[in-house]
Amino acid sequence: MLKILNLEAGYGQLRVLKGISLHVLPGEAVAIIGANGAGKTTLLKTIAGVLRPRSGKIMFNKQDISNAALEKIVASGCCLVPEGRHVFSTMTVKENLLLGAYHRQKNGDSLNISSSLKQVYKLFGILEERANQLAGTLSGGQQQMLAIGRALMSGPKLLMMDEPSLGVAPLLVKSIYKTIADLKRQGLTILLVEQNARAALALADRGYVFETGQIVLEGTSRELSDNPEVQRAYLGKEYQRIDE
Amino acid sequence: MGEKIIYNPKSETMPREDIEQLQIEKLQSTLNRAYRNVAFYQKAFDANRVNLENIKDIDSLRQLPFTTKEDLQKSYPYDMFAVPLRNIVRIHSSGTTGKPIVVGFTRDDLRNWTECAARLLAAAGLTEHDVVQIALDYNLFTSGFGFQQGAEHIGASVIPASFTASVEKQIVIMKDFKTTALVTTPSHAVKIASGLEEMRLHAEALNLRHGLFWGERWSDQLRDQLEARLGIISTDTYGLTEMMSPGVAGECHLRDGLHINEDHFIVEVINPKTLEPEGVGPEGELVLTTITKEGFPLIRYRTGDITSLDPEPCACARTFLKMARVLSRTDDLISFRGVEFFPAEIEQILIEVEGVSPHYQIILGREAGVDTLELKVEISDSITFLDGLKSVENMLAQLSRRIKNDLEIEAKITLVEPKALQHIEAKDRVIDKRPA
Repeated sequence: MLKILNLEAGYGQLRVLKGISLHVLPGEAVAIIGANGAGKTTLLKTIAGVLRPRSGKIMFNKQDISNAALEKIVASGCCLVPEGRHVFSTMTVKENLLLGAYHRQKNGDSLNISSSLKQVYKLFGILEERANQLAGTLSGGQQQMLAIGRALMSGPKLLMMDEPSLGVAPLLVKSIYKTIADLKRQGLTILLVEQNARAALALADRGYVFETGQIVLEGTSRELSDNPEVQRAYLGKEYQRIDE
Repeated sequence: MGEKIIYNPKSETMPREDIEQLQIEKLQSTLNRAYRNVAFYQKAFDANRVNLENIKDIDSLRQLPFTTKEDLQKSYPYDMFAVPLRNIVRIHSSGTTGKPIVVGFTRDDLRNWTECAARLLAAAGLTEHDVVQIALDYNLFTSGFGFQQGAEHIGASVIPASFTASVEKQIVIMKDFKTTALVTTPSHAVKIASGLEEMRLHAEALNLRHGLFWGERWSDQLRDQLEARLGIISTDTYGLTEMMSPGVAGECHLRDGLHINEDHFIVEVINPKTLEPEGVGPEGELVLTTITKEGFPLIRYRTGDITSLDPEPCACARTFLKMARVLSRTDDLISFRGVEFFPAEIEQILIEVEGVSPHYQIILGREAGVDTLELKVEISDSITFLDGLKSVENMLAQLSRRIKNDLEIEAKITLVEPKALQHIEAKDRVIDKRPA
């Protein structure tokens, strides 16, 4: 579904992604793990069209989207749930959700929009309860649900999520991940960036490990979970120094 | 029975386009790891002014330097490891000739090796119904373990008979334990076949139906002979200690080349003299790059094995490239009075003239500063003296004429009695007595 070859991107003078190649198959959940500043968020922003790649190729469903406009990318079914949610706090929950379907509304797709809205409410009951409440009054976890719900309103084929567990209470992290797992089961393809490598690898089929803008390891979630370096650096397993 | 099982269809029948994407991803991450974690590669890439960011496709591999066996010997024991020793769960060593090399596997490496070996055994037609007798040396070497892990993984019953048991003992085990698949060296298989004949046991009295021969090169003629004498089908597998042994490639039931596990290895064939890539088709030296190994990654490793790559899709539905059986090595190349030739070329002439696979030995010497070549050929049933001395003379004349015409070599040909050369080891096929 998504195929990236030798992608380079950055901000101004700063080169962040130094030749990244990865792929996501239809129906797969793929996790990107790595430390702060490794380029994980930059990758998602570049795929979503927020940032322009300096070189390399991004293919989405066999279409080259490397230099496509952001709204075209969303309309083609590739949608980002940004880090820190970015919900519109002075608008109601429902207005936020409908905004996610903006491009569909323009195309007169209102029947499907209302069925999408029903689905989102089914996934996150709390959003229906608070449909008319201002988004700014929601808790962090509820805002995250709203951000995911808003992305789902765009009718995505590939859902990209940037740190969905960041700043969310542990109990809600569990429930958010349960919902992401449900979405995966329903056939949605997912590309997930996480510092919480344990949660990400438990959900994902495969993963890539980023280090300073390069991929240094990739494999199935099982392989990565069993890799002692991944355990030490990202899974918080006790690190014992053994004389070599 | 179960002949067409593909162990991991998702990987083994992947579209070529997906294989290429997978290979470039895994190659890039392997290079990044090797550069960061292995001093040898950091030095080698820097010395060759390699910028890893320029490795954007499989073809750009050629910008990278080769790794040789000498490099590994110099790195003895652990200098080529890409992870700390605490992450290594298995260590093997090899080196029957010259300095030993040491290889290490992480937990993930072991799992991949096991999967690769299982694929090859499943491709060969083995299933959980098989009883697999492994008559290989387990002592430090990898291959006994590789076959064992793979066979257990597909659910077969494994007998680690090892190499220490005598031929008689092997045969007793084979008979009593109802062995269906024999894994051993070709020369040991010949001994077992002879042992059966001496014990007046017919192959039909056994349950044996499959042979996997390993560790030495075996000609197609030897293959036919072993299949007939042991009443088996045999399949060829390829691997080497430095990579996975076995695990790199193996024949499917169609036996038309060995499918390479391309999701774990990138293959190239190079001209061993110019070191230029030959691409797909021509014969040359096999060069392998590991793309999943964590403990012991190797970049463009020169195997010394001569083969060729076959891009033709296989009727078995596997999409991985095939390589030809390895029947010669770059270090077999004999330089003789300014001419270079492979022993296999002499063997081919013998087969064409005699019509059967002969046992032979090449002895190189030097008399008065001039290289000499003696070719000893075992008398086989097909050279019967009943036909009269005349036909033997005819054959000898024909042989030396062919050798002279085809290879531009003067050879002294001597006939030796039956069975005199039958049991010689592959490494004694050529004896070089010339002073260095």
